[in-house]
Amino acid sequence: MIELTNINRNFEVGEETVHALRDINLNIDAGEYISIMGPSGSGKSTLLNILGLLDQPSSGDYRFNSQAVNQLADDEQAQVRREHIGFVFQFFHLIPRLSAIDNVALPLTLAGIVPETRNQKAKAAMQALGIADRATHRPDQLSGGQRQRVAIARAMITEPQLILADEPTGNLDRASGHEVIEALEGLNQKGITLIIVTHDPALGQRACRRLNMDDGKIVSDLNS
Amino acid sequence: MMRLADVFRYSLQSMLGHRGRTLLILLAMAIGVAAVVVLTALGEGARLYVLKQFTTLGSHMIIVLPGRSETSGGAPPLLGEIPRDLTIDDALALYQSHAVNNVAPVVIGSAPVSWQAREREVLVLGTTAEMEQVRQLTLARGKFISTNGPHRGAAVCVIGHTLRKELFGNQQALGQWLRIGERRFRVIGELAQQSHSLGTDIGDLVIIPVASAQALFNTESLFRILIQAKGRDSIAPAKQAVEEIIRKRHDGENDITVITQDSILATFDRIFTALTFAIAAIAAISLAVAGILIMNVMLIAISQRTAEIGLLKALGASDTEIMLLFMSEAGLLSLCGGLAGLALGVGSNLLLNQTFSDFSIIAPTWASLGGLGLALLTGILFGYIPARRAAHLKPVEALTRRR
Repeated sequence: MIELTNINRNFEVGEETVHALRDINLNIDAGEYISIMGPSGSGKSTLLNILGLLDQPSSGDYRFNSQAVNQLADDEQAQVRREHIGFVFQFFHLIPRLSAIDNVALPLTLAGIVPETRNQKAKAAMQALGIADRATHRPDQLSGGQRQRVAIARAMITEPQLILADEPTGNLDRASGHEVIEALEGLNQKGITLIIVTHDPALGQRACRRLNMDDGKIVSDLNS
Repeated sequence: MMRLADVFRYSLQSMLGHRGRTLLILLAMAIGVAAVVVLTALGEGARLYVLKQFTTLGSHMIIVLPGRSETSGGAPPLLGEIPRDLTIDDALALYQSHAVNNVAPVVIGSAPVSWQAREREVLVLGTTAEMEQVRQLTLARGKFISTNGPHRGAAVCVIGHTLRKELFGNQQALGQWLRIGERRFRVIGELAQQSHSLGTDIGDLVIIPVASAQALFNTESLFRILIQAKGRDSIAPAKQAVEEIIRKRHDGENDITVITQDSILATFDRIFTALTFAIAAIAAISLAVAGILIMNVMLIAISQRTAEIGLLKALGASDTEIMLLFMSEAGLLSLCGGLAGLALGVGSNLLLNQTFSDFSIIAPTWASLGGLGLALLTGILFGYIPARRAAHLKPVEALTRRR
């Protein structure tokens, strides 16, 4: 599903060039469960952003479903994100003035889906994550775990092929973190490819395939 | 593509979510639009007031002055031209024209007027009975001076409202004998209290027959001739006829000036219309200021909402959609502000109208619609720059920037 060939990502910081990613080669098949671990500054978040088309590689080739997506125009990339990729962030990124169900339905709203259809789908997604009773609550009326599950419901509502999660439990206590991980793994069991970036070794060990990064390179790639 | 209804709903929610900011913009916009509405209404009110004043001068009026006051080409005359005087016979001759309805010759002077021990220096107006028609005068008591041939004087007079009060107080004025200069006149009528008509206070004057005035001031010539044309359409032919008749009588010399009320009216109308536009333009500047405020506040809003913009992009919003969202927010803000300003302006006009009852203050439709349109235009115009900046944010930069 995903083929990365010789991906480099450089940042200019003052007069220095920082190599966030160096010659990354990576193939990912549909339905995989992958964790990416490594110390701060090892490039794992940059890799995730490039996989999610939120960032552009400085050089290299990125094929998504055999399509060279890094050569697409901004709006075409937006369409790929909208149709195939869901995101879960460490800081939830919910819109504070919208109710939980409106937050969940937001990707469909942006895609121009009529209210009946999108509300129905949003309800189903919230039902599946056990937060259906929180539909009309606003984010500030929800606990951290509930907020992250709203964010997961939002990520899954477009029925994407790939979900990218950047430290999804980083801001949660152990119990809520556990619920969130189980929710994400539940999606993976339904065939959605799941990639999680994390600091937490216990969390990383749960994935079937574990990538370890250091200094912009993948230093180990273990399957179990 | 996002549905338009959802775009507006999203903008509305954003406006409600940032109440302080929204109120600030609405206030600025409302003040701008209200300024346009109120100021143009004032200008328009002044114009209508002047027009109304002119019609109280008398309808379809033509004024004939002795002397030519027109710049014409050619060499200046070698000898200073002395204009011929206008006489009562000149005035009477004007009845030859079918376009002329009434002719009132006027002699004006100033003389001391006394009754018993009270004396007052007032304007003395010598004229004929036709004046009542021409100037649309109304009498409070008695009758106007009558026509018994303009060449024959009579010892009668009509006095203005102020003069009556000053000389007679609460006593009966009708039938009393006044002394004007060295002559005595009997009061046969009192003018009703009327508003000033263009600076001439018709309250503080005395009207006597034209021949008596000529005798009083020892003159044969007229100060001017007032003519009432048959109707609005006959003003132009009447003017032409008047010039022709007087030229014939004055040995072919064009030595009079004929002013029609319409020409004066048209000049004032032009001046006041220009003035109203100028005021509207000044008011429009305040709208531009409001537009710049919208731009600044939207720019601040965008830097506060970069994370939201990044999220929308991550969720698959295109640049066009982000642009649309921010433009519609700016548009809605200025529309609401504009409508509030319209309400504020119309409200203030109503209030002003009640305070100054003889001065009608109503904003012309073009000003109200123009103000609203301009508000919308500035909002969208100044909303464009922030919206474009929002649309071009890189998703990763927008997302990773912490609040």
